Amino acid sequence: MTTEKKLTSLAECSHGDCFVIKELNIEGTLRRRLLDLGFVKGAEVVVLHKSPLGDPVAYRVSNTTIALRNDESSNIFGEIVRGDLK
Amino acid sequence: MRANTIALAGNPNTGKSTLFNTLTGLKQHTGNWPGKTVIHAEGSFEYNGEQYVLVDLPGTYSLFSNSTDEEVARDYIIFDQPDATIVVLDATSLERNLNLALQVLEMTNNVIICINLIDEAEKKGIRIDEKKLSRELGIPVVKISARNKKGIDQLLATLSDLVNGKIMTTPYRMTYSQEIEDAITKIESKLKVYFQDTYPSRWLALRLLDGDEELILKLQHHNNNRQLEVKTHDVPISVKS
Repeated sequence: MTTEKKLTSLAECSHGDCFVIKELNIEGTLRRRLLDLGFVKGAEVVVLHKSPLGDPVAYRVSNTTIALRNDESSNIFGEIVRGDLK
Repeated sequence: MRANTIALAGNPNTGKSTLFNTLTGLKQHTGNWPGKTVIHAEGSFEYNGEQYVLVDLPGTYSLFSNSTDEEVARDYIIFDQPDATIVVLDATSLERNLNLALQVLEMTNNVIICINLIDEAEKKGIRIDEKKLSRELGIPVVKISARNKKGIDQLLATLSDLVNGKIMTTPYRMTYSQEIEDAITKIESKLKVYFQDTYPSRWLALRLLDGDEELILKLQHHNNNRQLEVKTHDVPISVKS
């Protein structure tokens, strides 16, 4: 697992980051649900806003805003392709 | 004369209900799906002297039964088997919307894709080649704007051709890995013994491979009910279930 070292989790991204999904470390219906919502391998995700307590966080994925809890986003792995867009 | 039943499927916020209202006007009634707190809207309209009953399915991103909405929409397509299903897609986010369309294509042959919000998309500089999409997916694709009543005539003409067998569809079906395809073939041949061609066998085989136990129970239940309804000369005969 040499490649895994380089991957960061979506939960570690900061506001404005653009992230490309490489893998979902989630199984079962939750995985299915995330795939249906557009969290698929290769998809670009932009971190939009954080809620006051930092959880959940709103993301933009394939043209729609979706909020994820830390439990979910910490199991989505990929690379940050661009830092803060602002 | 029998009315054609048409299901309307689509993601949330794609203008499905706007299209539903445009087509049926005031000839509609709403209620809940039996036993579910999910709104069921049904309406009727006439086109070229034929009657149509339109059923507005709940807006979903998928049909894998993660929620009651998805279950209701899936069961309607599989068990009630409408004469045609119109999948309404949002022209401004086709990528997300095609997920549902591909799932419906695995379930039935009688599908029309209806790309809505086409004027919104044009404003954003999005151009959609519906002929190419139609060739690749093997089914009719119509561009409309339900709000501005654009393309509705073409949608109705296509719908009429489809339910009257003037259009033959060849829906695009995902080809999976060899291992899965072999398993599908094996399961399909067994399913044919149980259900003949009542249900789409390829789709069922895929769901069984996915371990959808709830669906197996529902199939048993549904199949038993169907058998019990058999009557000869109005005398019901009991069939062993």
